[in-house]
Amino acid sequence: MISRLRSFGAFWYDFIVGDDWRVAVVVALALALTYGVSRTSVPAWWLLPAVVVVVLPVSLRRAIRGG
Amino acid sequence: MTGGALFIAVFLACAVEAVEATTIVLAAGTARDWRSALLGLGAGLLLLAAVVAALGPALTAIPLQSLRLVVGALLLVFGLQWLRKAILRASGRKALHDEDAIFATELAAARAAASHRVGYVPDWYAFTLSFKGVMLEGLEVAFIALTFGSNQKNIPLAAVAAVAAVVVVGVAGVAVRAPMARVPENTMKFVVGVMLTSFGTFWAAEGAGAHWPGSDAALLALVPLYALFGLGLAGALRPRPQPRPVVYSPEGVSE
Repeated sequence: MISRLRSFGAFWYDFIVGDDWRVAVVVALALALTYGVSRTSVPAWWLLPAVVVVVLPVSLRRAIRGG
Repeated sequence: MTGGALFIAVFLACAVEAVEATTIVLAAGTARDWRSALLGLGAGLLLLAAVVAALGPALTAIPLQSLRLVVGALLLVFGLQWLRKAILRASGRKALHDEDAIFATELAAARAAASHRVGYVPDWYAFTLSFKGVMLEGLEVAFIALTFGSNQKNIPLAAVAAVAAVVVVGVAGVAVRAPMARVPENTMKFVVGVMLTSFGTFWAAEGAGAHWPGSDAALLALVPLYALFGLGLAGALRPRPQPRPVVYSPEGVSE
């Protein structure tokens, strides 16, 4: 039973998070930051694209070094 | 986002997954038993239809802002995964998805397995192989169709695009009775990765309270910018050819 639950969890983890969990963490943090900035008078739309531009090359570099 | 863009995004994403599922069903049918493989395919499609029918109305009941935040975040993480893999493959850092090789592996495994009948299914192995392939690849199809459709308040159009992709790929697969190795799978994955990342960025930011300059028109900038960025990364990561060693000898220099 426990091993089935574990494999069920592993399937969903792999399905959504994939090979690099740091990407998911950074996206979550960026969304929290976007929410915080959107409460102020400062525009918040640029935060997520900026995070994508940084996180994608970093994740690729890690994949190349690791692989 | 127009209906056309929604249709194209869902159609391409679903076609990629359908190619992978078709390879598995073809392997099960060719190596084992076509009836069992097709029964597995039908059972998988029925279960997927039930998942979509159950989750579709539930998703449309969620307030749009919360839906965009959660779904946008999921699509963004999901899209970055696709884009990452497509860039690694395009740059030669990861082996291309080889449907011929996958077909051969599945075929060998299917031929080696023992056979037994369960109820109306003549070959349980072929049934489960086909069922699992359709379910696992199909879940991604259902996820993409539901998230795109619910955000655009047009789940029926997304479902039509998904079904159209499955039918086109399925008919092509049955017609050639061979893995569709000529489908430019990585290019399609790159395009889908760009679209998922763009729509994920757009919806997640909106859900978190940001306002895009130009509203929906911001997507028209995000999609090409991410595409150019991805292509640039793929080019930059491509290994440079090593210079040929220069050999010094008394007769002179030779390469």
